[in-house]
Amino acid sequence: MAFAAFGNSSATEHKGPTKSGGIVLALLMPGLIYLGLFFFTPLFSLIITSLEAPAETGGIGEYVYAFNVENYSYVVQNYLPQIIRSFYYATVATVAALLISYPLAYFIGVKLRNRPLLKSLMLTLVIAPFFISFLLRTIAWKSIFSDGGAVMQLVYNLGLMKPSEHFLGSDFAVIFGLTYNFIPFMTLPLYTTLERFDVRLLEAGADLYANPYKVFTKVTLPITTPGIISGTLLVFIPIAGDYVNASRDFLGSAKTSMIGTMVESDFLQNWDYPSASALSVLLMAVIVILVATYVRSAGTEDLL
Amino acid sequence: MAIDFKPSGADLELIDVRKEFPGFVALEDMDLHIPAGEFFALLGPSGCGKTTTLRIVAGLEEQTTGQVLIGGKDVSGTKPHQRPVNTVFQSYALFPHMTILENVAFGLRQRKVEDPLKKAMDALNLVELGYAAQRRPQQLSGGQQQRVALARALVNRPALLLLDEPLGALDLKLRRQMQIELKAIQMEVGLTFLHVTHDQEEAMDMADTVAVMNKGRIEQMGAPESLYDRPKTAFVAKFLGQSNLFVGNVVDSNAASVSIEVGGHKITAPKNRAEKHTGKICIGVRPEKATFHRSAPKLGADHVVVGPGEIIDIRFTGVSNQYLIDIPNIGEVTVFAQNVGISPVVELGEKVWVSWKVEHSFGLADLPAGNEEE
Repeated sequence: MAFAAFGNSSATEHKGPTKSGGIVLALLMPGLIYLGLFFFTPLFSLIITSLEAPAETGGIGEYVYAFNVENYSYVVQNYLPQIIRSFYYATVATVAALLISYPLAYFIGVKLRNRPLLKSLMLTLVIAPFFISFLLRTIAWKSIFSDGGAVMQLVYNLGLMKPSEHFLGSDFAVIFGLTYNFIPFMTLPLYTTLERFDVRLLEAGADLYANPYKVFTKVTLPITTPGIISGTLLVFIPIAGDYVNASRDFLGSAKTSMIGTMVESDFLQNWDYPSASALSVLLMAVIVILVATYVRSAGTEDLL
Repeated sequence: MAIDFKPSGADLELIDVRKEFPGFVALEDMDLHIPAGEFFALLGPSGCGKTTTLRIVAGLEEQTTGQVLIGGKDVSGTKPHQRPVNTVFQSYALFPHMTILENVAFGLRQRKVEDPLKKAMDALNLVELGYAAQRRPQQLSGGQQQRVALARALVNRPALLLLDEPLGALDLKLRRQMQIELKAIQMEVGLTFLHVTHDQEEAMDMADTVAVMNKGRIEQMGAPESLYDRPKTAFVAKFLGQSNLFVGNVVDSNAASVSIEVGGHKITAPKNRAEKHTGKICIGVRPEKATFHRSAPKLGADHVVVGPGEIIDIRFTGVSNQYLIDIPNIGEVTVFAQNVGISPVVELGEKVWVSWKVEHSFGLADLPAGNEEE
């Protein structure tokens, strides 16, 4: 399964001794029950809901099961711009997070290897934002980039943007917020891979006539690919379904709504449960297909 | 990239190379010349600067001052990938994400040599690992990985091959076998080898020339036989094999020999085998050159006789017995005797005299630690 890619280790499966089969099952039970109750049941319920049709009584928010597959074609027709935008934002933000995180993780995991105190401090700084709710942090960015704020005043004064333009509500603001919020999820898996990277291989590469660029592309990058895959998946998947950053209450506007925004408004405001469910199932299906294709093409079969 | 690859190795020259690390000096103004095609060993204890020397030659470390010349060309200040040298690392440093064949082909691909896979395969066959070409490094044993590392370096036909204790991680039997193979390969390809090791047997067995290093400088350099036969400093005498060292003031010096007095005994060395002829000097002899006698031997002036002393330890090592003899006023003397008889010829506690031929004595230029001149 593609989700095995989240684990960094390439540990192979061991066949446990059969004698302890009963104990293994007992230990697995809580997890299986949890998955059954809180994952498979809602998933099943969601799929059922996505096929419902409005009830005959005509009450708002009342639906009955009808195997109404048209819900899917309806959401695709209606929400195509949001679907495309979601994956566009997710792709750009993931690439941005990777470009920012890789040097950072390299610095912490390789350059600071012999400075444990500084290394711990840097890692703490990477994780530190989690101590504050991401809603608050996103709201903070909103006030920092508000039209009357010091940052925007400087931008206007320098002539980088016209006074009639706004940063908040733009594609860039949403992508900025998404990148910012998910950077730790990229940095940490990259760090765990780079921390174990044998720097003597860099010397071996240089000794074998590879210039620093070639050493990076032929040695460092391939060896740290598992971390890159873990990180991009951990970032891409939640971003594709994110509904906070793009919301008009945070960094977005009506022009930046994503799938998550639509699911939220259909569920909570329009009470259009079948459409919201169909959109959710669709999002899930597209992500599974994308991730499976990605992991396969990355050539890391041992991750699957 | 214009790397000049000599078909049969190039010479290496270090001129006044000095390396300082924060807090200590790793190399003190080292001068060294290794002729093309030679198997040269840098021998010394850990921390003596031998690995630093190798890393400076490879370009992995930059010298503080001085010049490095390979094939007469100054390579100081150039990057490792610009130097016509290859290293066999102590840790092997094979690329885990590549097959054995791709590992060996790496250097060839970087230099855009034609037909890299075929040449890599030839190199693998040279180290008898052609059958493992498609495996990954993790699937090989330590000895096999070591051979891959050697093939990966050799395939580039470097002007200079650097070996950083490449046999250190192998067990004794495999190490001896690899030593023979390595020497055979060096003779076959005719490259210049610079071998860094702390194993004196390995250095003496393989190298044409051995340089013994201590505390950032070369103590003595020469063919293994001459180094062993005539160590010039106490460090070399003790690091390269074992030695019995005697310190005393010169009491007799003539055209042929120099004698010191130690604990009432006269110990003589040939003048041409002694570095110093006056004052307080140190004379030594190898344990296997000495023999012991049950009664005071009647020997001429061409022998040194000390004793009597008491045998305080006998160690059986297979081919020989090592006897430790405590002689009053002189100290402990070690004697090796071949196990040609059936059992030890003497017992613990027996009283014996020790003798050796004057021509086997050697006089050192310095004194062992703890005997510094007043």
